[in-house]
Amino acid sequence: MIVGELFLEFTLLAFVAFGGATALLPEMHRVVVENHHWLDDTTFTHLYAIAQAAPGPNVLVVTLIGWEIAGLAGALAATLAMCLPMSVLIYLLIDRWQGFSGKRWQQAVSLGVAPLAVGLVFSGAMLIATSAGLSPAGWILVGAVVLANLRFRELHPLWLIAAGAILGIGGFA
Amino acid sequence: MTGEEFNTLLGLCQFLPGPNVINLAVVVGKRYQGVAGAVVAPFGLLAGPFVIVLLLALLYDRYGNLPIAQAMLRGIAAAGCGLLFAMAWRMEMAIRDKPFFLPFTVLTVATIAWLRWPLPAVMIAGLALSGGVAWWRLGRK
Repeated sequence: MIVGELFLEFTLLAFVAFGGATALLPEMHRVVVENHHWLDDTTFTHLYAIAQAAPGPNVLVVTLIGWEIAGLAGALAATLAMCLPMSVLIYLLIDRWQGFSGKRWQQAVSLGVAPLAVGLVFSGAMLIATSAGLSPAGWILVGAVVLANLRFRELHPLWLIAAGAILGIGGFA
Repeated sequence: MTGEEFNTLLGLCQFLPGPNVINLAVVVGKRYQGVAGAVVAPFGLLAGPFVIVLLLALLYDRYGNLPIAQAMLRGIAAAGCGLLFAMAWRMEMAIRDKPFFLPFTVLTVATIAWLRWPLPAVMIAGLALSGGVAWWRLGRK
């Protein structure tokens, strides 16, 4: 059954979601688009875009993916699968984990995971950019958003998303 | 809860796997109300946005094929990519000891984006190697 399969796949993903849902984009694409052919490239990109524009935690992109694959049951299954396993683990382990704080091995894990998470976020951005089939103008828009976001930290990202939407409608993506 | 406590918890949740905000909600919920808090906090955080995102999905199912909707979503995706690239840049800048750790970022991009290897394998191998280097660097200080 597709909902069950979806649940299992996303449960597995939850355990390697270092860097949060954003870092999972390449792997979700691999599982959902390349392995199972549940969605096509364009739909995947669109769902990412909708999740970006929507309020709330960015993990909700999995809700959208679940919805498009298997309706409401899919949305619930994907969201639960992504959130539940680590929530339970963290609930059970947080006190012990805090006791380890400052230990050398904990610092090593924490330092070691950072460069991997950067690579995952970068890969996700590359994937969305290539799947979206951006025009040269679209790539200029990507660059402009990078600069604006880095240069003007107090500017809320939602403004950049809104600008992207308007420029997109105007054919500049 | 003091700001410092909150920051420590946030730091822990940020590098554990899973959605960071959900993890944080579980931890903070547990602190205040035990099991009940740990269940209610993430649920409360997600319920509203969950409904909104499904309403958007309904709109998308109905109007997503229109050229104007497709153009708008392409624009949003482009802006979203820009935000991701910027985020990756800031995260990289926050890493100390770059000559030792930048190669692991490059390897991750090569195996994930280019070779399309499965993430669990890359993360386990990557964490062993990168964590090993971190262990060694920590020992030298």
